[in-house]
Amino acid sequence: MAAPSPSTAPANDLAGAGRLFDYWLIVYRRTWKGSAISSFVNPLFYVLAMGVLLGDYIAGDPGQLEGATSYLAFIAPGLLAGQAMQTTFGETTYPVMGMIKWQRVYFGMTASPLSVRSVILGHLGFVMFRVGLACGVFVLVMAPFGVFETVWGAVLAFLVQFLVGLAFATPIFAFSAGLKDESAFALVFRLGMIPLFLFSGAFFPIENLDGWMQVLARATPLWHGVDLTRMLTLDTVDGSAALVHVVYLVVLALLGWLWAVRRLGRRLMS
Amino acid sequence: MSTVDADSMIHAAGLRKSFGSFEAVRGIDVDVRRGEAFGFLGPNGAGKSSTMRMVAAVSPVSGGTLRILGMDPATDGPQIRARIGVCPQEDTLDTEITVRENLYIYGRYFGLPRKEVRERVDELLEFVQLTEKAGAMVEDLSGGMKRRLTIARSLINRPEVLLLDEPTTGLDPQARHVVWDRLFRLRQQGVTLVLTSHYMDEVEQLCSRLVVMDKGVIVAEGSPLGLIAEHSTREVAELRFAVGENESAAGKVEDLADRVEVLPDRLLLYTADGEETVAKVHERGLEPVATLVRRSTLEDVFLRLTGRTLVD
Ligand SMILES: Nc1ncnc2c1ncn2[C@@H]1O[C@H](COP(=O)(O)OP(=O)(O)O)[C@@H](O)[C@H]1O
Ligand SMILES: [Mg+2]
Repeated sequence: MAAPSPSTAPANDLAGAGRLFDYWLIVYRRTWKGSAISSFVNPLFYVLAMGVLLGDYIAGDPGQLEGATSYLAFIAPGLLAGQAMQTTFGETTYPVMGMIKWQRVYFGMTASPLSVRSVILGHLGFVMFRVGLACGVFVLVMAPFGVFETVWGAVLAFLVQFLVGLAFATPIFAFSAGLKDESAFALVFRLGMIPLFLFSGAFFPIENLDGWMQVLARATPLWHGVDLTRMLTLDTVDGSAALVHVVYLVVLALLGWLWAVRRLGRRLMS
Repeated sequence: MSTVDADSMIHAAGLRKSFGSFEAVRGIDVDVRRGEAFGFLGPNGAGKSSTMRMVAAVSPVSGGTLRILGMDPATDGPQIRARIGVCPQEDTLDTEITVRENLYIYGRYFGLPRKEVRERVDELLEFVQLTEKAGAMVEDLSGGMKRRLTIARSLINRPEVLLLDEPTTGLDPQARHVVWDRLFRLRQQGVTLVLTSHYMDEVEQLCSRLVVMDKGVIVAEGSPLGLIAEHSTREVAELRFAVGENESAAGKVEDLADRVEVLPDRLLLYTADGEETVAKVHERGLEPVATLVRRSTLEDVFLRLTGRTLVD
């Protein structure tokens, strides 16, 4: 028999995260049926109810709809970015608390050679996989409705969802990692995610909001994600505005990452 | 001191752990050598888990020196964790996946190739007698089975030291014996065992050497028999009197034993010959409701050193 392989410390945090691949694959195989409904079916309900049925009552006036020729084309990018956000909220709230408090799975991971950073990277990798799957299906289903002006726009709009997802994933992960109990999550969803989804430019141009409401809406990460996505799907890219959106989302993702490493580190390795 | 010693598994000197202003471990010296079965015996709150977590390189040292396999956990945490096995006080299994999957994924964390992990999983399932449960969800296992699974998991990387924090707390007697039997086999195979417990019988059975820990400090160190010889008598006569009469009876038998302890429900007479002492008690016309003569245990050592019992 061959000599047993030595167990080793990973070369770096990313290599460590790679060792979590099999774990997350098993988790996905166990949970995909449940997540399929929220990932694929719910967004289509929105498309049907809001885009198609409600959209019938709304004139397809590009002047009123940031350049979209139909209401469906206007909200499709909003729903796409909203989908990235919602998938992320779902995967970085209760599941993170479960891994710390209920099942304590993270403690098992950091008792092995894996670092706290690897644990976070592994989980984020899984969240990005879920975002990619949910948004990929959405883009493919929406394509025949003619909501994408160009193929490249559709591809870029899809890729941007990883950035939108990360910009939400790292700070929410950090928030969840430090929570003592889950009661705050109900508020996070009702007073965080749902208002963001409703008022960040997904369903109506935010010029319609008055004064400080509009300032607030423009400060939210979802608006930056929605506007960036919409520029790409409607082929109305404004270079400098797009740059601001990307920088905003990247900075948020990085700050969230630093916060997550600190909060989870304190929790697991104190 | 700085010479590399391949047989030093754990070296701690003046080791401390604080949480804010509270000191859970207040300067302990411990050396564990290859092949030993070493125990930390102490009541709840003694600082055993805090110590074990520092040794497992998942909790930063607050003061003193700590070396695991010659390495410093502050700088070589991942390298240390790659070579040790850990069975924490609270289970960290994923209860929503199967027994086999739990073992398999854990082997992957250590960078072991898939095929090799699968072989080891089969061997370990056999070793902890869970082969028949391989496909069961962990949430459907009994407490004893979960504990055995955690032990199997801690062995997946063929560790040089196995750390077990209260391996049988909360298990029924039968399940405890199954776990002890597996640990005893590991000890015979030469695996270095370090365990904590507040059960004196667990430490007596499994450990060749132990420290008695209380309130963050070590109050005694030695082999189970050595500690008993040093801090207790050979036998103990336990006398149970009617409710409320223990105190007054104690005064009447004081001179019959080396030492008398008054517990809420009974008297302990420390003596070389328990039967003889009980006979003398009866000669004095005292009528205990019940008597029991037994050998001294580590429980008696703990009572002697701290004035308290291990399990409250
Ligand atoms: N993370 C922590 N924060 C604050 N206090 C702690 C923490 N962990 C343990 N303690 C305290 O330290 C003391 C020792 O705990 P522990 O090491 O778990 O003891 P044992 O394992 O011997 O029961 C206890 O009083 C406990 O409350
Ligand atoms: Mg403990």
